[in-house]
Amino acid sequence: MIGEDVKAQMREIAARYPSPLSGMLPCLHLAQETEGYITAAGMQAVAEVVGAKLDEVESVVTFYSMFHTQPVGAHVIKVCTSISCYLCGSDELLAHLEDKLGIRRGETTPDGAYTLQAVECLAACGMAPVLQVNDEFVEFVSPARADELLARLARGEGTEGLGSKWTLAGNAASANGTAAGTGATREGAES
Amino acid sequence: MAETVERLVTNETPLPLGAYPKLVTRDMDVAGIDQIEVYRAHGGYTALAKALGQLQPDDLVEEVKRSGLRGRGGAGFATGLKWSFLPKESARPRYLCVNCDESEPGTFKDRMIMELNPHLLVEGTIIAAYATKVHHAFLYIRGELPFAMRQVERAVHAARAAGLIGTDILGSGFDLEITISRGAGAYICGEESALMESLEGKRGYPRLKPPFPAVVGLYGGPTVINNTETIATLPRIVELGAETYAAYGTEKSKGTRIYCLSGHVNRPGNYELPLGTPLRTLIEDFGGGVRGGKRLKAVIPGGSSTPFLTAEHLDVPLDYEAVLAAGSMLGSGGVIVLDEDTCIVGAVLRMTEFYRDESCGKCTPCREGTFWLVQLLERLEEGHGRESDLDLLNDICDNIAGKSFCPLGDAATSCIVSSIKLFRDEYLHHVRAHACLVGPKASRTDATLEKLAHHG
Repeated sequence: MIGEDVKAQMREIAARYPSPLSGMLPCLHLAQETEGYITAAGMQAVAEVVGAKLDEVESVVTFYSMFHTQPVGAHVIKVCTSISCYLCGSDELLAHLEDKLGIRRGETTPDGAYTLQAVECLAACGMAPVLQVNDEFVEFVSPARADELLARLARGEGTEGLGSKWTLAGNAASANGTAAGTGATREGAES
Repeated sequence: MAETVERLVTNETPLPLGAYPKLVTRDMDVAGIDQIEVYRAHGGYTALAKALGQLQPDDLVEEVKRSGLRGRGGAGFATGLKWSFLPKESARPRYLCVNCDESEPGTFKDRMIMELNPHLLVEGTIIAAYATKVHHAFLYIRGELPFAMRQVERAVHAARAAGLIGTDILGSGFDLEITISRGAGAYICGEESALMESLEGKRGYPRLKPPFPAVVGLYGGPTVINNTETIATLPRIVELGAETYAAYGTEKSKGTRIYCLSGHVNRPGNYELPLGTPLRTLIEDFGGGVRGGKRLKAVIPGGSSTPFLTAEHLDVPLDYEAVLAAGSMLGSGGVIVLDEDTCIVGAVLRMTEFYRDESCGKCTPCREGTFWLVQLLERLEEGHGRESDLDLLNDICDNIAGKSFCPLGDAATSCIVSSIKLFRDEYLHHVRAHACLVGPKASRTDATLEKLAHHG
């Protein structure tokens, strides 16, 4: 439900730009975060805030792959299938997940818990094969690690510690921001 | 001048691994470097103070020109020269866009900069804006990278609170606003004019050029657009001075850059090396060689949009000119290694599917051509192809390359044309024997992945 509070947030976002139309993508993200996917009401609200026609908003929604026009599962699992992940076994990983979840890529489990997607390069090629659970990274995903991940998710746990480990010049570094995988949001977000 | 400074590192003087210079990645492994206090304790924002306090914007443009810095996004255009294309006067406001839309297959350096050392990017952004006399900068961050985005948002917030963004920065009289924007899943938005369309709230369709962004860019104003790594290099250039920076690398390809090593190597990762370091040093010394002791079959040196090289090219220095002379491009720095067990036809099919899926659909040769390329490659991969398909593939590539608004179509042809040239026998084996030359596809075992996950 896009209430007045969400619309107010949208107006605040649109005001950051020289033209309110630039608020299109961020406002659509907000609509999707609020309702789980892009609904007709979501598009209507965005159209009003950014000063676009409804079909212009729809045209943008259908162009960008991150916008869902149908409801998705509580956990959206995106498996990268581009070249570096492909070389390191992403097809086997995807098949394994299809098998475990009992769905094909692009589908959602009947209980609404999981949506499985095959996606293009996620900029984590050195940690191949990789996947994201609700946009947080899980790296070096062997089938065994995938099983561990599914068990964690089933227990209601997150993906902490499974991603954002960097190898640079032979040394390891971990992203030490407190928010990795915790879903902490944008306290720093502003114009 | 750079010419008189002894080159600190060249391909003729190999160094012990620990002695390679780290400029952009210098403090990446410092705990808490993403916090402004720690960043400052390691010299952060002193380059900004130096730039604002000691240099006029035009001096800074000259300094960057002297450094030899070239764009690290893919095209490799000289950064200072790009800046100097901005008109001196313009009726509309001018803008800076930082391209944080990293999505070239094989490339994962910009995400690292954003996640590990976001203040370096913010400091570079302020320096670039000052040099180009811009008062509103935009960071366009790829939608699929929310953690990177949170890190950069926090850094911008902290920098603003410290008076480094806003009005009269450090008492210099320079004002700057920074806005962070988020993409929503479209490779094409890494193309500069598509990125600006997306920032304006539209579909990411590339614009016809000319006019170039420096003349007509974001909101119709003169616009500078630079890659994340390019921007993150600026504080080091200011700090060290152009001559010292330019002493790294080769005569024409100056400085260092981050190479993203992936595929069938023992130690994939991001390695910052002086330009001109041989491909062999990256793959064998830093990357620990091909995994499983296998032989190397092919290397893509600059992201999936660049042509294949082979084991014969291992001694090619990784600089713009030498890689071009070897038949490929340095591109985005994404070095992808394929071992001897990899089926080239299968790999090329997978790369081509990417371009088919990511073609924005605006130009017919790219939209239709990438579709037909995939159809033909699928047929070959599955053993139903014909020998004439190879000529047909080359013909389609010829009808895509150079015939669209943007380079995406050209990029789709690189792996196909180069692989048919280098691995023609493998394609022919698919046609004649209806099977792969290399047998079933090898993949990583659980044990290898576990070792990598825990940094062995």
